[in-house]
Amino acid sequence: MKLYDWINERIDLDSAVKFATKKQVPVFYGTVWYYLGGVSLFLFIVQVFTGILLILYYQPGATTAFESVKFIVSKVSFGWLIREIHSWSANLFILFIFLHMFTVYFAKAYRKPREITWYSGFILLLLAMFFGFSGYLLPWNELAFFATKVGSDIAGAVPIVGDFLLKLLRSGDEVSGATLTRFYGIHVAVLPLVFTLLLGLHLMFVQLQGMSVPPEQENLPHDKRKYMPFFPNFATRDLLLWLIVLNVIALLAVFFPWELGQKADALASAPAGIKPEWYFMFMFQTLKLIPAHVWFIEGELFGIMMFAIAGLIWFLVPFLDKKANQGKRSLFWKFVGIFAIVFIAGMTIWGYSV
Amino acid sequence: MKNPDRKKFLDIMLGAGATAWLASILYPISKYLIPPSVPDSNVTNVDVGSITEFPPNSSKIIRFGRKPVIVIRTKEGDFKALSATCTHLDCNVQYKTDTEQIWCACHNGFYNLEGTNLSGPPPKPLAQYNVRIANEKVIISSEDMS
Repeated sequence: MKLYDWINERIDLDSAVKFATKKQVPVFYGTVWYYLGGVSLFLFIVQVFTGILLILYYQPGATTAFESVKFIVSKVSFGWLIREIHSWSANLFILFIFLHMFTVYFAKAYRKPREITWYSGFILLLLAMFFGFSGYLLPWNELAFFATKVGSDIAGAVPIVGDFLLKLLRSGDEVSGATLTRFYGIHVAVLPLVFTLLLGLHLMFVQLQGMSVPPEQENLPHDKRKYMPFFPNFATRDLLLWLIVLNVIALLAVFFPWELGQKADALASAPAGIKPEWYFMFMFQTLKLIPAHVWFIEGELFGIMMFAIAGLIWFLVPFLDKKANQGKRSLFWKFVGIFAIVFIAGMTIWGYSV
Repeated sequence: MKNPDRKKFLDIMLGAGATAWLASILYPISKYLIPPSVPDSNVTNVDVGSITEFPPNSSKIIRFGRKPVIVIRTKEGDFKALSATCTHLDCNVQYKTDTEQIWCACHNGFYNLEGTNLSGPPPKPLAQYNVRIANEKVIISSEDMS
């Protein structure tokens, strides 16, 4: 305790402890949803740790990247484990962010005063997807090569700034070793910095404002509402779940390893059955279905515009859903949410079944 | 307020100064991020090998300058050379020997051997290249085909 006192005399630790012990977590049927954000945070921590370990051996560059990943998984002790955990955790990271987002959506937690938390969360999801997209190229295999060609070509179709974006992403006109170096920089320096800063803000908002409850819970009389202390009751449950998630990742890494595949070759045809990462599948499948021209617009541009508009509406939902701010539920926005889930799930399943 | 004009003037100067300062930082960064453009190598002819390397109903992707080009020998023994880059989203196409069509695996786009987009999402046909045979060698050129 001497150390505690020593620090407490200099910086006021007591108030931080008081804050942590006074923090309450609402207890009701939806309490379980509160864990999803925490699991996403844990998976991000796993990504940072395993990512740093992978950097120690990984060598970006068209002639070294594939070989160095092969070296990691075949020669370095437990290299395969670190890479598999990084890959699996990356996928679960995106999955849990999606789950977290949809539960927040249906609980109307985006309503006043938590609009900025929603906006920051949405940007974090986009950054996480960009994390996935940039990391996917790093092993420099065939699938990654074509996924990057398609993904960066989509960015190139954006009106006005498309050409700038394409060159910015590819570091030139074509996907090449220069693109790989650039993606590496984005993946290990730019995104971690931006993501960590924004995540810090996102978590700070949650701490300052406390957990949101759905409108029905909020309208209950005070004596009907139940709480548990964040520390230690909720925090220990959180930790237990993190431990379970880590075990699940270890099992997946051992029994369902990700293949390294063939080395990228700019003169090879895109292989039959080529598919993007699952979280881009619904967009991939939709692009596949849109004809070459819709009215006078190229199908590709039309698809991108539709997704951009849908994304913007989703982003702005705290602003658009006027009823939620009055503590009421709107049937329209409920159906928008259900439609989004059905569309994403349906297109994803369809994409995998053909 | 004593002199509103003076305050307005200072606000404008400060705003303009801040904008100019920001631009002087962002401009070089945005320029730095785009790599210098490599001039198109003036390739007009590429020798892609001897006729015997192309059995009928087969294909090969070769590099023409910086661009991939698919060279196809039809069942009848004719040669075709087309841009191998799908006009939809930039994937490399392949020759399907069973249907004798060009196919892009990424989004299921089909082209015929003239490069015309037949079905799927491709919005434009594939560019054609000229093929000639000289001394048993297959030569691809980008010169006008007429």
